Amino acid sequence: MKICLALAALLLGQAPALAASAEHGKAAFIQHGCWQCHGTMGQGSIMTSGGKRLAPEPLPWETFSAFVRSSNRAMPAYSEKILPDDDLADIHAYLQSIPKPDVNGIPLLKP
Amino acid sequence: MARAKSGLDRRKFLSGAALAGAAGLAPRDGKTAPSQLEAAPQRPSALPPSAKLAAAEAGTPHAVPEGSGVPASDFMVDVIKSLDIAYVPCNPAQSFRGLHESLIDYGGNTKPEFITCTHEEASVAMAHGYFKIAGKPLLVMCHGTVGLQHAAMALYNAWCDRVPVIVIGGTDLNAATRPPGVPTFHSAQDIAALTRDFTKWDDQPISLPHFAQSFVRAYKLAMTPPHEPVLIALDTALQEEAVADRAKLSIPRYVPTAPPQGDGNAVREAARLLVNAERPVIVADKLARTRNGMMLLVELAEALQAPVIDQKGRMNFPNTHYLSQTAGGRALLAEADVIIGLELSDYWGTVNGYVDNGENGGVGLQESHIKPNAKLISISSVLLNTKANYQDFQRLQVVDVEMAGDAEATLPALVEAVKQALPDSRKAAIDVRGQALRKAWGEARERARQAAAYAWDARPISTARMSMEVYAQIKDLDWSSVGGDRQFSSWPTRLWPMDKHYHHIGGPGGYGIGYNAPAAVGAALANRDAGRFSVNFQPDGDLMFSPGVLWTAVHHRIPLLTVMHNNRGYHQEVMHVQRMANRRNRVASLGKDIGPVGTRIDNPAIDYAKLAGSFGMWSAGPIVDPKELAPVLKKAVEVVKAGEPALVDVVTQPR
Repeated sequence: MKICLALAALLLGQAPALAASAEHGKAAFIQHGCWQCHGTMGQGSIMTSGGKRLAPEPLPWETFSAFVRSSNRAMPAYSEKILPDDDLADIHAYLQSIPKPDVNGIPLLKP
Repeated sequence: MARAKSGLDRRKFLSGAALAGAAGLAPRDGKTAPSQLEAAPQRPSALPPSAKLAAAEAGTPHAVPEGSGVPASDFMVDVIKSLDIAYVPCNPAQSFRGLHESLIDYGGNTKPEFITCTHEEASVAMAHGYFKIAGKPLLVMCHGTVGLQHAAMALYNAWCDRVPVIVIGGTDLNAATRPPGVPTFHSAQDIAALTRDFTKWDDQPISLPHFAQSFVRAYKLAMTPPHEPVLIALDTALQEEAVADRAKLSIPRYVPTAPPQGDGNAVREAARLLVNAERPVIVADKLARTRNGMMLLVELAEALQAPVIDQKGRMNFPNTHYLSQTAGGRALLAEADVIIGLELSDYWGTVNGYVDNGENGGVGLQESHIKPNAKLISISSVLLNTKANYQDFQRLQVVDVEMAGDAEATLPALVEAVKQALPDSRKAAIDVRGQALRKAWGEARERARQAAAYAWDARPISTARMSMEVYAQIKDLDWSSVGGDRQFSSWPTRLWPMDKHYHHIGGPGGYGIGYNAPAAVGAALANRDAGRFSVNFQPDGDLMFSPGVLWTAVHHRIPLLTVMHNNRGYHQEVMHVQRMANRRNRVASLGKDIGPVGTRIDNPAIDYAKLAGSFGMWSAGPIVDPKELAPVLKKAVEVVKAGEPALVDVVTQPR
């Protein structure tokens, strides 16, 4: 577990900071495999998340956690055994911390 | 960061080789290395070949033709040249040495020109990519048995992608005269049996007139839709015979076969359904082989003001056209009353959904995506294939009007039938439909633009950022995207304006990994001859199946910008294993990685720039900071514009 968290933190350029929930959530997001379909910033992909984004502005906690626990579509459900409640809460905090981009401020994306 | 291609100074090269050899002997404790003479090992690391083995490898299996006459393989070259084949991607082998020698010495190594490959899988995939740009097949020669075994997966991809490849497999048939040992290991009664399930036709000619007939027939069958690979098993001895009277041999003239078209009555019925539909939808997959095919689809769509969903097996429809509605595909299909599928690889999968969630007795959820009374039309040449073993024909979908014919060849008749069947009373409603689709097209483009902005500055680098940084460097060139983009959210086909038939070439067909890199080099070879700039986004896992094709690109000066989509994993499998672990309520074992054990290409990470550099290719990376992309890509583009290949390794988000 520690090795995985350290690797995840290394990938994201952050030291593990278990006390800060958003920062720990960032590492947990990698460790539990969320990044595999949703990208490391929850940006999603039309190939792996049907184009749905987790962040910014994630679903409210109740809806978010209920979906993670009970999903029966392409995303497999994550039981508490696989993804403990504390980690899930930290992941939600991480997703909340991701700022919204300004698409019009990106020259390469000018229409 | 960037590594310039080293100069090929022979003196320096030789001294470098000597140094490298000395370095290889250096002891790890740092003591002075003994000279090579002093350090002669007690046992050689590689034993000299036995007399039997040496004879088998170097011996002459058949007597050199004596007396007057020309080598039989010279005549074979005449046959090959009659078909105007440009290149022969090939890994050399004894079983076709006669033909090899004739091609380069008698044939002048031109039309076709020998392209040295390091693996037969790369040879076939190069031919695969070449056809999708040039519209002409290449000849691939491979060793019987072992070479054909290497080539087999790439042949299956070409088969599934409906792409012609002309393969000659060398085989030494006469057991009484062929050398024992290696040449006999590499011979078989029927080498074509290995690939017969996914080649359209094969033959094993036993005389030169037979060869001439077979080769021209093979070419003809391969080039008649559905386009597929074909194979000629060619006896080694036949190549090495002497022909006493060349003048008596003739070469059958190649006359292209008119492609099969959909039945006229079925075409009219399809037109009737389409013009009377309230919500017709056109779906195209492996449709457009040419610019004309793309323009015919535009004509059909405009006549009907019908949305086009492009499944991107080919460059079927310009994404700059307001009827390009791929982004809204599922919603359009759900509301459609008439759907026409043009060369669909998977009609069932187009109109049905499958969710890999373990429901339905463990096989996953399966549900229709369309209205129960929707009318379905299909035009596909694949119905003319009659192979049974491999399941590339996909699940059976019942359709209302089904035509066994080439869709591109059928489009002129269908467009005409639609125009004739369209009553004036329908034209106003059709125009209204077009206006709504124009608005939807603009909204979809804006959604894609917005989506690209998320994670723009992320590390690993977002695939949208990578795509747009590359586009910024090539947008003013006559460019061609020669790799697939499905594996990274299809950003180029969503964001780059694509309106030329060579702007993308689709995917592998059979999804056999190892296609992308060599197919891109093959397509770039065709683009080189057309004066176009080629760019390939290269998945890391795919490259490692046949990395030697990078050397081929350098050796033959094939200009190609390779941009690594390096997510350091077999990402499809990462997600599969995670899904299985969750379904079984187990924590997926990660080992020392960040993905399930066995799915990551990490620890150590592969340095693709060093790999490419070792082949003499200009290379840069790994790039982890998105801000570094622009200057590095700019340099790489200059290298490619000067006629050389270049590789930029970009460490990316997974998709």
